[in-house]
Amino acid sequence: MKKEVVTLSDLSVEAGGTVILDGLSMSVCEGDYLGIIGPNGAGKTTLLRVILGLQKPTSGSVRVFGADPASVRRRIGYVPQRLFFDRDFPVTVFETVLMGRLAVKGMLARYNRNDREIALGALETAGIGGLKERRVGALSGGEIQRMLIARALAGDPELLLLDEPTASVDPGMKTSIYDLLDTLRKSMTVILVTHDTGTITSHVSQVACLNRGIHLHEEGEISSAEMSHMYPYPVDVLVHEPPKKILRRHRKP
Amino acid sequence: MEIFSYEFMQNAVAAALLASVACGIIGTYVVVKRIGFISGGIAHAAFGGIGLGYYLGISPLLGLIPFSLLSALGIGLLGKKAKVAEDTAIGAFWAAGMALGVLFISLTPGYAPNLFSYLFGNILTVPRTDLYMMAALDALIVAVVFAFYKEFLAVSFDEEYAEVSGLNTMALYLLQLALIALTVVILVRVVGIVMVIALLTIPPAIARKFSRNLRSMMVLSGVLSAIFTLTGLWLSYLFDTASGATIILVAALAFTVVHLVFAVTGRE
Repeated sequence: MKKEVVTLSDLSVEAGGTVILDGLSMSVCEGDYLGIIGPNGAGKTTLLRVILGLQKPTSGSVRVFGADPASVRRRIGYVPQRLFFDRDFPVTVFETVLMGRLAVKGMLARYNRNDREIALGALETAGIGGLKERRVGALSGGEIQRMLIARALAGDPELLLLDEPTASVDPGMKTSIYDLLDTLRKSMTVILVTHDTGTITSHVSQVACLNRGIHLHEEGEISSAEMSHMYPYPVDVLVHEPPKKILRRHRKP
Repeated sequence: MEIFSYEFMQNAVAAALLASVACGIIGTYVVVKRIGFISGGIAHAAFGGIGLGYYLGISPLLGLIPFSLLSALGIGLLGKKAKVAEDTAIGAFWAAGMALGVLFISLTPGYAPNLFSYLFGNILTVPRTDLYMMAALDALIVAVVFAFYKEFLAVSFDEEYAEVSGLNTMALYLLQLALIALTVVILVRVVGIVMVIALLTIPPAIARKFSRNLRSMMVLSGVLSAIFTLTGLWLSYLFDTASGATIILVAALAFTVVHLVFAVTGRE
């Protein structure tokens, strides 16, 4: 029996009178590579924020590594959807990646040689070692995404959460980011949120469809009945685990 | 060079240099976090403290310190915790602080000496005791920024990630505002509370164009504000103009020239 890394039970989140997540139950085990897909507004980002402990559930419970999420933050690496930063902000790639050490270091402690070596290693893993002295404002979308992954890796996480890692990335770069994640999943549990249904199914080990509620698929075709349950509009039918492609058009009756 | 034999001139140069230290460091945060108007609000609200100083018959700068600190915390908490728009919080504190100052001064019998110099600065009349206080506040600012450099960088650049990393972003934000409040106290003697905002924003805004990280931006904007204040001081001595206003106009002129050059040469 594999260890459970994330356990959600009957989790609901409401904000400003709107139900964002409704009675979600799901568990993610050690070594899983879970892709969560869903339309805009399905609550994907909210779900990640709950797992990070940034958002408290209205009801139900969330356990990460068997504990309250806020208490295990140093074991979680987070790659936000998009860095809303000022392109004029004077900060280098290396300094940004070093921020990944924040959760590990205490207040007042300064970054030391060990931190710098780990950050350098994370840059190399993410394939952007050559950009370390570049100003962040001078990076392309794909390079920023790799930098954010490197920052998450610098914290030496056991669980990696990514929010739309390929949203603002050109197609060639997209594939290489998925290749990078394929490598990373060998050493950590990965949860990825995306609306990029095309590519994701051929990489991840599980797919979950999120739209307020959740449906988890280990393998096989995601049936039309299941899809229409989750999405009230026409969707492509997804197949997950061989043959890993979209089979046919499906219209909701 | 004989003008430097006068004590008032030595004090003025010392005040300009001490102010530049705080300006360079704290102004950098003000510019990258885009909180120039919060800083303006803190500075103006602090006028209440100057009025209180007159009313109690103590040094107005002593009234200024608690007042600017309280208005910094007030604006910060009201803007983030209560459901009040930040610009509303700034506006309310800005005007209420000034109103309190006017009220205290009108309650004080007799004439309020030097009032004008607190509003618009007069670097030529900085007494030695104020220099010591400015130096002490500078030391405090440098120490706090040295201690929290990595935390301040994280919250300034990416507040959400700082929070995910377990930092108390609210406390760090309030600490930054408190440092701005202390910087206001240092700058009041040089350019006055009305024009503090210019020295907190112009030198760092120019420095940012030439800096790769916060540290170099701090150093460069400190050097720039020293150049501006000393040039302004020298010009105001030469032409017998108001020193605070002259310093600000020197800075504004440099700001314009730098941006024009960047616009003409096509650099971003």
